[in-house]
Amino acid sequence: MVAKKKERGASEPTPEELVRYYREMLLVRRFEEKAGQLYGMGLINGFCHLYIGQEAVVVGMQAAAGPTDSCITSYRDHGHMLVCGMDPKGVMAELTGRFGGYSHGKGGSMHMFSREKRFYGGHGIVGAQVPLGTGLGFAHKYTKDNGVAHVYCGDGAVNQGQVYESFNMASLWKLPVVFVIENNKYAMGTSSVRHAAGQELYKRGAAYGIPGEAVDGMSVIAVHAAAVRALEHARSGQGPYILEMMTYRYRGHSMSDPAKYRSKEEVTKMREQHDPIDHLKEKLLADGLLDDAGLKEVDRAVKAVVTEAAEFAQASPEPDPSELWTDVLIEA
Amino acid sequence: MPIQILMPALSPTMTEGKLAKWLKAEGDAVKSGDVLAEIETDKATMELESIEDGVMGKIVVAAGTEGVAVNAVIAVLLGEGEDASALSAAAPITATPAPVAVAPAAAAPAAVPLPPAAPDEKVYASFKRQTVREALRDAMAEEMRADPSVFLLGEEVAQYQGAYKVSQGLLEEFGADRVIDTPITEMGFAGLACGAGYAGLRPIVEFMTMNFSMQAIDHVINSAAKTLYMSGGQQPCSIVFRGPNGAASRVGAQHSQDYASWYAHCPGLKVLAPWSAADAKGLLKAAIRDPNPVVFLENELLYGSTFDVPDDPDFIVPIGKAKIERAGAHVTITAYSRMVQVALDAAEILKAEGIEAEVINLRSIRPLDINTIVASVKKTNRIVSLEEGWPVAGIGSEIAAVMMEHAFDWLDAPVVRVCGADVPMPYAANLEKLALPQIEHVVEAARAVCYRR
Repeated sequence: MVAKKKERGASEPTPEELVRYYREMLLVRRFEEKAGQLYGMGLINGFCHLYIGQEAVVVGMQAAAGPTDSCITSYRDHGHMLVCGMDPKGVMAELTGRFGGYSHGKGGSMHMFSREKRFYGGHGIVGAQVPLGTGLGFAHKYTKDNGVAHVYCGDGAVNQGQVYESFNMASLWKLPVVFVIENNKYAMGTSSVRHAAGQELYKRGAAYGIPGEAVDGMSVIAVHAAAVRALEHARSGQGPYILEMMTYRYRGHSMSDPAKYRSKEEVTKMREQHDPIDHLKEKLLADGLLDDAGLKEVDRAVKAVVTEAAEFAQASPEPDPSELWTDVLIEA
Repeated sequence: MPIQILMPALSPTMTEGKLAKWLKAEGDAVKSGDVLAEIETDKATMELESIEDGVMGKIVVAAGTEGVAVNAVIAVLLGEGEDASALSAAAPITATPAPVAVAPAAAAPAAVPLPPAAPDEKVYASFKRQTVREALRDAMAEEMRADPSVFLLGEEVAQYQGAYKVSQGLLEEFGADRVIDTPITEMGFAGLACGAGYAGLRPIVEFMTMNFSMQAIDHVINSAAKTLYMSGGQQPCSIVFRGPNGAASRVGAQHSQDYASWYAHCPGLKVLAPWSAADAKGLLKAAIRDPNPVVFLENELLYGSTFDVPDDPDFIVPIGKAKIERAGAHVTITAYSRMVQVALDAAEILKAEGIEAEVINLRSIRPLDINTIVASVKKTNRIVSLEEGWPVAGIGSEIAAVMMEHAFDWLDAPVVRVCGADVPMPYAANLEKLALPQIEHVVEAARAVCYRR
């Protein structure tokens, strides 16, 4: 499933677009659940950070993306890859460490790239993707390709110094960058009230003259509307913009995190009252855009894609031992 | 078809665990995302969620059971419209083992092959006199004229014309879009440049001195050097990190350090350290054209030194090729950057004593031109490694190891290292001199390996 790029400007999603958002969010959800299952079976190892609960953020952002926009994020990255249009088979096979993975099994969950889809990683050092993404914005301006860099980070990363170094340069040089802070309320196990002086993270660019706004990150429609505003600002030469997406991750920080730092009631409340997929499903039904049979058909199609990805990820061979020595340097 | 639920591995080290508690009973409806059970791993108590909708058909492993192996069947879930009679048909979800990869056979310890030899250098006919500073500037200007994706950024590179005047005139010729003054923000601008490199531009990052590159070393290593490998060859980053390296004069410990061994340690980087103006120009042009990340170590004390530089528009120095600056039959001395001059001065003193030293200017630290060093030692049977950096895990340590691997039978004396003193650089003039390799240290080392004390 490929996220179709649409021309900027329209802020009201069409019925077809709403159905597409639903399908994309469901794809991310089912993909991540399958990844969690394969992890449980010992087929995926090491770090694996699931995006479950946060799906509306990247789906709403990408829905507003222009054809030359670029995207970069942290290690909670599978959803971004899928919604940027990367092949679920290649992503899942990278998680299982197989040759058919995007990085031929040499990167893993946190390190996949697709220049074709303008997805620039997948970065494992908290906050490092922020100056890197600012550099993507620099390149958009340098080459005058009319693109905007979508630079994602979590609420934990905004306490890294390099984030402010990036804010400063991006604003100083009016770079086309939208900084998307995915505030899922926990930096690993430390809640934002314990890690951030000042809870309004969207104001963190104020000293640099960067406008910011808080957005309901559990509503794909709200995310999309904010993305249109922010991208228009950045694309028109006015410099960077900050969107703080108020979101929530249902699972632990990584697979081995029992998430004892928050109550079961808190998680249950978010899932039952604020789930981005359930909300859109209700709207689709209420507006008559899809009936039960239509929803089931989307569900079936998404499951087929995920099943195919999981089968590919198990059937693909491990990289040949000779791969150990390749891709260290480009031979000139 | 009913679905078997398996004991999950909930941490990378878990092989078995305790089924602490079931949160669904047989007959309960289950929705995707519902917690089915609590499982105690070797680290913590974790929740097992269902990823399917259905009805809990049968609980196979009772609550409280300890030592349940990963991947054992613990329950069976019935799908829509199925009843308990379908239980016997439960489809196992099995993990397909990865096809077995065959490990390469271990190499015999004595048979480390030499790497392929670097290409020979072109011989040039006409030369002009230039300082190292001018040579570096010309290299950047020529490459910026040839390729519009090349740009320079760093502190004071544009309006100030370079903290050490290396970028003199570049702003006037190429404009502020391509010669960019940055704030004092090394981690930020190094990361920004790596991102521009991902997007296909070819940045030259000037660190006012390499000492400040430590602020940015995460991006040099994690963002630049490792990305091609981590992406399975999909994502290159062509970038040059350059600036003065090593001790200048009387600037104290934080501003007087040689980073050659730091960066040479890391696969995915090339590390160059020119001495002469010709090295500087030819190697910097090669570095800018190289599709890989390159760390380019200059030396402040050499910027004003004048040398002959080939006067040829196609002049370039191949990366990975050392240069024999002085031929000799009795002892090999390897050096790089400013220490090449120290080695040459020592060679003149040794000549008066009847010892002919062969001085090798390494120029490229990674890849190291092992062939040239080994060929020299096969002739001289003795080697002294000279560097400004600290001895521990230094370039001399590497050269000593290379000698063990490739020239053990040719050595008539142990390898001797002449290094900077193993202390932070002192400020006092007398102590600073004591901390840096001097000509007499090299002379003594050469005498020692020739048994001529």
